[in-house]
Order: sequence, then C-alpha cells, then structure tokens
Amino acid sequence: MSIVQGIGVSSGLAFGPVVTVGKPVQPPQDEAAAADAESRIRDAFEAVATDLDSRTAHVDDTAAAILSATAMLARDPSLIDGAIARATAGSGPATAIDGATREFMEQFAALGGYFAERATDLRDVGDRAIASVLGQPAPGVPPLTGECVLVAHDLAPADTATLDRSQVLGIITEVGGRTSHTAILAAQMGIPAVVKLAEAVNLSDGDVVLVDGETGEVHLDPSEKTVAKRRKRDKRRTDALASTSGPGRTQDGKQVKLLANIGGVEDAREAGALDLEGVGLFRTEFVFLSAASAPTVEEQTKIYADVFAPFEGRRVVVRTLDAGADKPLAFANLGAEENPALGRRGLRLSAELPDLLDTQLEALSRAAADTGADVWVMAPMVADAQEAAWFARRVRENGLRTPGVMIEIPAAALRAEHVMAEVEFGSLGTNDLAQYTMAADRMQGELAELLDPWQPAVLDVVASAARGAVINGRPMGVCGESAGDPLMALVLAGLGITSLSMAPSRVPLVRYALSRHTFAQCARLAHLARSARTPVDARQAVLEACDPDLAAIL
Amino acid sequence: MPTRSVTIGSSVGLHARPAALFVKAAAAAPVPVTIAKPGGNPAPANSMIAIMALGAKFGEEVQLTAEGDGAEQTLDELAALLATDLDEATEAPS
Repeated sequence: MSIVQGIGVSSGLAFGPVVTVGKPVQPPQDEAAAADAESRIRDAFEAVATDLDSRTAHVDDTAAAILSATAMLARDPSLIDGAIARATAGSGPATAIDGATREFMEQFAALGGYFAERATDLRDVGDRAIASVLGQPAPGVPPLTGECVLVAHDLAPADTATLDRSQVLGIITEVGGRTSHTAILAAQMGIPAVVKLAEAVNLSDGDVVLVDGETGEVHLDPSEKTVAKRRKRDKRRTDALASTSGPGRTQDGKQVKLLANIGGVEDAREAGALDLEGVGLFRTEFVFLSAASAPTVEEQTKIYADVFAPFEGRRVVVRTLDAGADKPLAFANLGAEENPALGRRGLRLSAELPDLLDTQLEALSRAAADTGADVWVMAPMVADAQEAAWFARRVRENGLRTPGVMIEIPAAALRAEHVMAEVEFGSLGTNDLAQYTMAADRMQGELAELLDPWQPAVLDVVASAARGAVINGRPMGVCGESAGDPLMALVLAGLGITSLSMAPSRVPLVRYALSRHTFAQCARLAHLARSARTPVDARQAVLEACDPDLAAIL
Repeated sequence: MPTRSVTIGSSVGLHARPAALFVKAAAAAPVPVTIAKPGGNPAPANSMIAIMALGAKFGEEVQLTAEGDGAEQTLDELAALLATDLDEATEAPS
C-alpha cells in the first residue's frame, strides 16, 4: 500500500473499487474530408446540445445551470463556424471539430484562472461532438453497477452534475483545482473528492482506494487496519465538528471571534452564508488589478457594497490597497525597486499617492453607510505610531469610525504600545511578520523552514504585539494562515489574540479546538510554545499538552 | 454603421452568468451584433466563447455594432443590458 497526495476539495472519507471514466474518442488518423462535412458538423453539435438540454429536466437547479451552460457552448457559432472552416479547408469532420476545440481552449488557457478552468467545458463539448460525428457512444461515466470511486483525467461538468450519489462514493481527478466544476459540485453533493492527483493515471478498474477529501490523501490498496483507523478518525472528527457551532469561545467563555479571509464578491457570498462572525481580512486588490485606470468612487462603492451585503450586522475588516513593486498597478507604479518586499508597498505607496487611498476610503465609507455591515478599515505595512496616526486620521476624515493597522513589521509589533494607542484595532499578518522577523524571503521555497509560523521568535513578536493591544484595551486579531491551524489558534488565544481570520473551511476545527480549552490552558500552551528551542519542538509541545480529543482528530 | 459605447456594469465582469444572459439576448436579436474593446477586433455577440475570450472586466468600455433593420433598437437594448449588474441574483456556478 502507498499514500499519494492531491488536493482535497470535498471532505469525507470514501473507500471502494475504482471505476475509470471513459477516455474520449480520438479523431481517426488521416481522416478524409467529407463533402457533407458542414451539415454533419452542425448535426453533431446540435445532437450534443439537445442531449444536454434533455438531461436538465432530471437534475437540481445547480446541475441544470451547468448543463445548459454546456449546451450553450455546443451551439456556439464561433466553435461551429471554426470547425466548418477547417472542414472546408480539407480536414475530416472529426479532425475539424477537434482542431476548432483546441484553438479556443488555448485562448482560454492563455487567459488563465477562471477561464483556464472553463477550458474543460469546451473539451467536453468537443469530445462529445467528435463521438457524435463519428457515430460512437459519448465519452464519460460508464453505466455503474455498484458502489465505486470514480477516477478521471477530469470530470466534465455534465458528468459531475448527473452522478448517481448512491453509487459514487468518491471522486479522484488527475487535474483540476479548488474552483473547478468537479470541486464545486462534489462539495454540493457531499461526495468526498480529491483533485490534481498526478497518480490518477496509474489507477485502473477494480483497484481499491481510500480517499480522504479533507486532507487530499489517497491510499492505494490500504490495509483493513488503515481503513478502520481512518474511518474511526473521520467519524470522530465529523462528530466533534458537529458538536460545536456559533461564536468562537474558550471552554470558560472568553470570546475569540472566528472570521473569514476573502478576496472578492463571490468569496463574500460564500462566506456570508456560513456559521462565522464576519470577515477578518477583505483583500481589496482585485478591485484594482482588473482595472486599466484607477476605479472611480462610484465603481468601488458598488463592489464594496456587494461584498458587505452578506454581512449585515457582522464585522468586515477591510485592508486598503496592498500594492507595490512586486504587484505593480498600471496607474500606481513608482518604478522598479531593488528590494520590493522592503520598498514602497502597502501604506508607503498610499502615502505617495494619497488620492488613491482617499478614493478608496470614500467608497468604503459610502458602501458601509449603504449596508448594515460593521466596517473596520486597516492599512497594510505600518511601521510606527506616526504612520498609524496618519492613516487613522485619513480614515476618520472619510467618515469611517474604526481605523486599524496590520502588524506585519516587527517594529510595529515591538512598539505596539504606542502604535495601538493611535488606532482602534490591530491585525497580525503572520506570513509577512515571519518573513520580516526571520529575514527570509517568502518567495524563496528553500527558506520555508525559517518561515514556519511556529518559529519561537515569531511567537515572541506576536506576543509583543498582543501585549501592546492589551495595554491600550484594543482588540488584536490574526489574519495569516496560522490562524487556521487549530493548535496555533490555541497558542494565539493564549497570547491574548481576540480574533482569528482564516479560510472559511478551517473555522469548524478551530472553533472545536477553542471550545475544548480554558483561557488559562491556552496561556499555558502559549508558554510551552514560546519556551521551545525550535519550531518543531514548539508544535510538538503543544500537541502533547492539548486536549486528547483534539489531538485524536488532527 | 450604428455603434454604442458602453461600460460593463456587472461586478464580476462579462463572464459566467452575465455573459450567458447577454449572449442569449444577442442571439435573439433580429440583426447580427458584434462586440469589441476599443481598437480591438470585433467578435460575434452571439458567441459565448468569443465573449469569454474578450475578457471584458467590470468598468471596462466595449463597443457594440450592428447594421440592418432594427439595429438601433437592438443596440440600445443590448447596451442597457451590459450597463446593468447582471450578477445581482444569486449565481449558480457556471
């Protein structure tokens, strides 16, 4: 038996025999041109579209929307005309469809991100049309005869949308990402899924696998003991997570707010629907990165209002524009720098271009007034009390009541007593804080060990920031990745951190961890971590001393 | 030739649901319509693929062009559609 690692996108455990999804039909080599190619190509695409449309009647709304969107691609004049043009130029009909499909897929892939993932939809339409024009059965999921784990290069949306939940225990795909259709639908259907598993190509029908959709691990031919152990742990975890809900608090009732990190309107809608207390980090860069010129107050107001709307009555902490030489904007470019991480980025850029900041603050203020969200605004890359005061004044001048600062620079953490006197709250960005404390570039993969958030020196700097906040009676949160680590969350709570902001999927486990410990126990765990000599020792000490019920499900 | 310049009003840009609604409306129009970024190549407005490849973002300007009977009215309707936020309703993954 062996274990391979993919990306877990839909939690849960699945154990069963593999069924591989049919490989698409390839166009024949040297396919001859056909005189009636145009009508055959049109008929093939129309047959595909009709088939997809007919399936929408039997599925739920989400699946129906995906099927109709795919049907729309099959009726797309650009795709059909592209295929006909190739056939007219002498290609065989299947070869022509394949060529046109690839041409548009390449265009989508070149656009990247969202579009690159939509290329899968096109490939599916192309493959179906090729099978249709050749008179072959459509590619995809074969008829299922029992419980199984589906393994595919990538599942087409039309396949995922019509899966039989009672038979499909789990899904593995070789490619894909967190926002691919497979991921979205598998999560909605509650089917455990792992994507981007390179070893998927080696799996064949009848192989037995264990899929952990939480961790992304896939066990090949696991022993009975492993399966039993994993099942037990999975059940314990599920039960544990279901046992807590609502606001984050320690066992003895000290509040530690559980918040989400978001980067756009869609994130806000998703997080807004979840059991969490608001947003601890709203990154606003997307508003600017997608624009050729500085967006106007009106344009920004609209976007911010869309983000705030799902959080009526809850807190949304906004980070003002965090750009710089490594993330240059066309309209806010101060030129190349030798050392962008230490250059004019974050608040330093805003100080050079105050109009840009004022426009953003005005838009945030208007959107806050238009929605019922409790909007807090913080600046990235604040170094000292004077910068904090400058930012706080600008925030208040724009009608926003709650200015704050990101604590990413060790100087600001060490002098938090003075920095925090100028603002209403602070938020530790632990990724940058680790980079600056350890003088280790985040972009250098080889330095990952130095950037470990468990580095005792980083914990010391966090402790200093937390103490400065306590002295001033101000809240201090953490919005780096470490906030989503349940063990680290206990340490942070013990240091006096009052909110934890993380990827929404991490919230239930962190909530559970907090609920199993008193504040005094958290403080003791924090002491153990800070007393350790190395990051590995620090984590180990906390793991050994934490509640055994928590340790058992990690 | 009748032309309209319009600023994209959907906060997610012209893809996913907003693009689908626009393409459907363009496909139902009595005359062929093209869409282009300023100075760019015109693409058929009834093609989802072409619209997605255009990659028009929120706040960006695009030009609609059509010719024939009903072109003016068609362009007015499509321009109005692009200028509104078509993503207001809850969105299904597309």
